[in-house]
Amino acid sequence: MKQKNSIFLNGLIKENPTFVQLLGMCPTLAVTTTLKNGFGMGLSATAVLIASNALISLLRKVIPQKVRIAAYIVIIAAFVSIIEMCLNAFLPSLAEQLGIFIPLIVVNCIILARAESFASKNSVGKSALDGLSMGLGFTVALCIISAIREFLATGAILEIPIYGETIQPASIIGMPPGGFLVLGCVIALINYIVRKQKEGKSE
Amino acid sequence: MNLISIIIAALFTQNFVMVKFMGICPFLGVSKKKETAIGMGMAVIFVMAISSAITYAVNRFLLVPFGLEYLQTIAFILIIAGLVQFVEMFVKKSMPALYSALGIYLPLITTNCAVLGAALLNVQNGYNFIESLIFGTCSAAGFALAIVLFAGIREAINEKDVPISFRGFPLALITAGLMAIAFMGFSGFTI
Repeated sequence: MKQKNSIFLNGLIKENPTFVQLLGMCPTLAVTTTLKNGFGMGLSATAVLIASNALISLLRKVIPQKVRIAAYIVIIAAFVSIIEMCLNAFLPSLAEQLGIFIPLIVVNCIILARAESFASKNSVGKSALDGLSMGLGFTVALCIISAIREFLATGAILEIPIYGETIQPASIIGMPPGGFLVLGCVIALINYIVRKQKEGKSE
Repeated sequence: MNLISIIIAALFTQNFVMVKFMGICPFLGVSKKKETAIGMGMAVIFVMAISSAITYAVNRFLLVPFGLEYLQTIAFILIIAGLVQFVEMFVKKSMPALYSALGIYLPLITTNCAVLGAALLNVQNGYNFIESLIFGTCSAAGFALAIVLFAGIREAINEKDVPISFRGFPLALITAGLMAIAFMGFSGFTI
């Protein structure tokens, strides 16, 4: 039980795929214009991550070592196609917003990295749990960034206005440069907090 | 005329890295030195030019006639993975210095979203063969342009005194943000 807990917290905080491992930067920057988009992207990636981790772990003794990367990519691509069809059928407005970044989940480095470094070595249950925790870590990171960006760019969160019309919102944060700037500042803030904590411990 | 507007859009106004956020991982990862950035840019141009042509042919002559468009993602990524493998073997044999410089990032071109993204955008935009080829090549050239410029800036700011929390990755992101603002200057530029 203890080990399961540590796997779960590992992905969520200690090895957060976005803030600590710096993986999967493209969707992190591209779809985080509004909280809704960030959340939808995070959940889609989580679903793919759980399913692909579980299946790869199941097949880990069958897949030959030499062609494993190609095999992983095919498995991931199959699940991404399923998710894409589901989103198109049930959530067409979200699918339109995310656009090309849904098929591009295939090349999200987080998924391949977990397949290679975790699912190919661990049991099915643990791998699915690892997928869930990494996926949730990714979702949380996307939500934080997209909430900041939506708030600064439009003055609203989830399209609910927060500070009215008295202040002119900084629309550049919603445009491409804003993604880089916000993510840079958030990671710098996390570095700062981690450093302060370490200093506090060593004193 | 159409071709020229595709070239301008792919290079500047719709630059893959700075505007569309594709290929960010190698953009941030391999941009510490100018030489490796140039090598990476060249490798991506080569892979994307060929992959655009092949994916166009596969889509037009295999997937569409048999009504298999839903297999696009899987088919394209397999083609790209095979192609990257081939490029890797080629570079290893003929340019060992470049091979050791690019290191882990060469196989990672497979997971460079720009390559798959270009293939999918070609289909979405309904480009014909020549347009697909031009779009793929110029998008990759746009990527190379961005990564080489970025590597030049990073080399210059590497030794500057910045706040400790911003050192490394955050500073790179802020720099990229400022570059993206510069690239926004192109946005009104159409033919």
